[in-house]
Amino acid sequence: MDKIVKDNRAPVSQKPLVMAKVDKDSIGATVGIEINGNPYKVMLGTTILEACRENNIHVPSLCYHEDLCLAGVCRVCVVEVEGMGTLQAACTFPIINKIKVHTTSEKVRKARRHVLDLMLSEHYGECYSCHRNGNCELQKLAKEYGVDSYRFGHVEKRRYQVDRSSYSVVRDMDKCILCKRCVRTCIDLQEVGVLEAINRGDKTKVTTFMDKPLAEVICINCGQCINRCPTAALKANDPSDEIWNVIDDPSKHVVIQTAPSPRAAIGEEFGLPAGTSMTYQMNTALKMIGFDKVFDTDFTADLTIMEEGTELLMRLKKKLVDGDKNVMLPQLTSCSPGWIKYIEHFYPEYLDYLSTCKSPQQMFGSVIKTFYAQEHEIDPANIVTVAVMPCSAKKFECNRPEMDSSGFKDVDYGLTTRELAQMIREAGLYLPDLPAGNFDDPFGDASGAGLIFGATGGVMEAALRTAYELVTGRTVPFENLDILPCRGFNGVKQASVKLENVKPEWSFLEGVDLNFMIAHGTANAKKVMEALVKGELSNIHFIEVMACPGGCLGGGGQPIPTSPEIRKKRAEAIYQEDAGLPVRKSHENPHIAYIYEKFLKDGPCGHLSHKLLHTHYVKRGKFIG
Amino acid sequence: MIKNKSILFNKDNLGDCLASAFAKNPQDIIMEIRESNLKGRGGAGFPTGTKWMLAAASLSNKKYVVCNADEGEPGTFKDRVLLAEFPDLVFEGMVLAGYAIGAQKGFIYLRGEYSYLLKQLNEQLEKMVNSNRLGKNILGKGFDFEIEIRLGAGAYVCGEETALIESLEGHRGEARNRPPYPVNTGFMGNPTIVNNVETFVTAAIIMARGGEWFTKLGTGKSKGNKLISVSGDCDDPGVYEVPFGITINELLKMVKAKNAKAVQVGGASGYCACSNEFERQISFEDLSTGGSIIIFNQSRDMLHILRNFMEFFVEESCGQCTPCRIGNVKLLEGVEKIEQGDCSLSYLKELIELGKTMKIASKCGLGQSSPNPFISIMTNFEQEIFSQR
Ligand SMILES: Cc1cc2nc3c(=O)[nH]c(=O)nc-3n(C[C@H](O)[C@H](O)[C@H](O)COP(=O)(O)O)c2cc1C
Ligand code: SF4
Ligand code: SF4
Ligand code: SF4
Ligand code: SF4
Ligand code: FES
Repeated sequence: MDKIVKDNRAPVSQKPLVMAKVDKDSIGATVGIEINGNPYKVMLGTTILEACRENNIHVPSLCYHEDLCLAGVCRVCVVEVEGMGTLQAACTFPIINKIKVHTTSEKVRKARRHVLDLMLSEHYGECYSCHRNGNCELQKLAKEYGVDSYRFGHVEKRRYQVDRSSYSVVRDMDKCILCKRCVRTCIDLQEVGVLEAINRGDKTKVTTFMDKPLAEVICINCGQCINRCPTAALKANDPSDEIWNVIDDPSKHVVIQTAPSPRAAIGEEFGLPAGTSMTYQMNTALKMIGFDKVFDTDFTADLTIMEEGTELLMRLKKKLVDGDKNVMLPQLTSCSPGWIKYIEHFYPEYLDYLSTCKSPQQMFGSVIKTFYAQEHEIDPANIVTVAVMPCSAKKFECNRPEMDSSGFKDVDYGLTTRELAQMIREAGLYLPDLPAGNFDDPFGDASGAGLIFGATGGVMEAALRTAYELVTGRTVPFENLDILPCRGFNGVKQASVKLENVKPEWSFLEGVDLNFMIAHGTANAKKVMEALVKGELSNIHFIEVMACPGGCLGGGGQPIPTSPEIRKKRAEAIYQEDAGLPVRKSHENPHIAYIYEKFLKDGPCGHLSHKLLHTHYVKRGKFIG
Repeated sequence: MIKNKSILFNKDNLGDCLASAFAKNPQDIIMEIRESNLKGRGGAGFPTGTKWMLAAASLSNKKYVVCNADEGEPGTFKDRVLLAEFPDLVFEGMVLAGYAIGAQKGFIYLRGEYSYLLKQLNEQLEKMVNSNRLGKNILGKGFDFEIEIRLGAGAYVCGEETALIESLEGHRGEARNRPPYPVNTGFMGNPTIVNNVETFVTAAIIMARGGEWFTKLGTGKSKGNKLISVSGDCDDPGVYEVPFGITINELLKMVKAKNAKAVQVGGASGYCACSNEFERQISFEDLSTGGSIIIFNQSRDMLHILRNFMEFFVEESCGQCTPCRIGNVKLLEGVEKIEQGDCSLSYLKELIELGKTMKIASKCGLGQSSPNPFISIMTNFEQEIFSQR
């Protein structure tokens, strides 16, 4: 098990380049090189691109992405290396001796321009009718190289049909430049592998197994491919037109819930540096756009902690005290719909390990259309619930047929951070300039525990803050409630907390080490699941899994671009906001007490909770469609 | 069959190549090959001794020897002759290369169309195992080596050494990024040498006859003799052994070609020489070829020939990298434009410039060489082509 933790695949720059087995001692750990006539010292094995970027020398790139293994296929990063007959791709060239590099020589500029001209000749579409207008790496390069005409012609007809089959991801392969970042994302980063390049030569295209529509293959809807696509070839399925329609319809009561991660990232869409929190400005924007109520998903994140924490303690009791063999441990978290679809496809025999809790988004949908509708005497048939999510998988999730426990479709629309930013722009608003606004009652402000759901390890940290206190009557033994072992971006994290001097009703937990693991990115989830299948995790009690690298803050609906650095900044914003909140434990959120008192009267995991807040899963397997 | 009298590919008094090699230690074998100045016979002409030395110097307990018998270049069929007539020397060349670099295993990547040779090749392997020239403790030298034959899947690009390795590993045949090079990070990440069939046979012969003898053949920078496959408009097509330095005129005479207008040296990806270049030499320093020579006489339409070449590349590009995937299409479209009389000279110039970019910016040798026929034919036959439309 230590091995999984050690071997984990943190989604940082991976280098499958098995480096030249050079004798480091004879050359030294650093190499002196020359770039454009100036001397630099770089680490042995650094690529030319890395060396240039470390030293603020601009080299354009397209197929390169910090999160992914190297491809070297677009060829826009070519540079001249003295003594070599051909130009070299800076992104893949490891520096192992004293080379002299030129990044802007005539040959280089000409070649890059040619490469761009070639890409544009096959690129269907016009920037002004394109959702990546202004945030497109191809467009940016065209500007950088002063492209003012189509030197080698321009396609005038579509070659491919747009694939709109998926609730989450739309594929328009006419805008694809075959950088294969999506392919590498899906297979390397996520280990799902539904995308592949087929055919040869100019017939090459990125497609799915047997060219099937995306909805009919084992895509988990994580949207990580979208976040890494340099162009508009991949995008999320955008419901904003329909949302505008219901906002404009006076008979509809339109409420919106906002997840913790969008607020930590949406500023990027308005040019702010990553990690600028926009929570309260966003509330104002949503009101100005015309949403009738703005709620905080952190509230149902707190509710999730109550339900899921209770579920875990009940499982522990059944297993440890009653010896019930039908109870599965470790309990796996269930708030990431990408992860849910992953386990349904890849480990369909292990669904009983999953918590039965719905995700916070879906909990909120059913609470709004029941509790809230009753309290405010609104006909739930006229309520439209929208969820602002960092996530593309949430779009699929809200359309799952079983998500109707309120008697209606619990969540009508899942809206990504990017799409909300677009709506805000369309409403003529500049988010950073807006005054602060509050969340609406009856759910009001949530706890910091709900907020940190946005980062990998956040669910675990929130659960521990509550469960530990429930069992021992004391706060978790970590300074300022910051459970640091849960934080950071290691692919798989593992830690434990000892339960001592427990309350009498939990005496069976006296002296027990509560062991937990955290995985983010399905490639890491796979490692954990493989260990679970082999029976290596029998001493683990609770595992948090998020489908996206970094957790929700790195979700498939978040602003583009993404990188380890950007995700780190977003996490910092989230933890900072948590530290400053008056309530930081889910069970201390007064609105949570209120809902259990007024509505979910038989308590966490009670009868009504089960009906409204819990769900079941589908054994999908790998062969569908 | 080799049509003319062979000096190099000649077994008279040859002796035992493998035994001669095993009489030396591995470093001395590499030294001998380096001193012979043997350059790869597959087309790129990389010094074989250097390649082996780099592989020998790579630290790894697993290394591989790969014989490139993909022979996909249009107009080449000399490796087929070697495989049919000198299979013993092909394998011995591989064994001694394995001994020299410290490899335990060899692969022959055999062109799919040559599968009819499989039976014969396997028999040869068996014979070698039975006579202790393959397998465990070869010739009592404590060296183990095995050879496995793998059939290629028919893609031209799989002849490119890194795409070949990808294909051997069971992946889609696509060229890898270099560096690192196969001598360092090849099959399954281990040091690997990939050499042409003819290179291995020549290496084996050098072992028996000595590097010095070899350097007496050929020119200053192109030592030895070379097999060429001649096809096209001549009375006597086939495989010939020629000394490096032979001129095109001499060659045309040898194969009884009349009225030759153009000679394509080096296959589809090679250079198309026009008649006032026929005094040029076949050699690494002038016109180099992996073996293919195609002759066109006065009746041929050069644009049509070019079209065939470009169609081939559009079809065979693996599609990974931009310059080759789209560039070849643009060059082919250029040919079509000229056919329709609708290509300006300035656009033609633009395309030639594009070709030059493809040569330096493509990821592998395919895209780096596919513009050669376009550039050479358009330069050498521009007037003829345009005057006909
Ligand atoms: C597109 C392409 C196709 C090639 N096909 C062959 C081939 O069929 N046979 C071959 O020996 N080399 C072929 N090569 C050259 C190999 O990449 C490699 O250089 C050669 O096998 C090295 O052997 P040598 O040094 O003995 O020549 C090809 C190269 C390219 C770029
Ligand atoms: S993908 Fe980029 S280049 Fe293409 S139309 Fe959209 S904005 Fe323009
Ligand atoms: S959404 Fe996720 S699973 Fe689906 S294709 Fe993209 S990366 Fe793969
Ligand atoms: S869909 Fe996007 S990420 Fe995938 S290959 Fe095309 S351009 Fe690249
Ligand atoms: S040059 Fe052509 S064959 Fe080689 S990698 Fe690029 S696309 Fe593939
Ligand atoms: S960024 Fe280097 S080849 Fe694409």
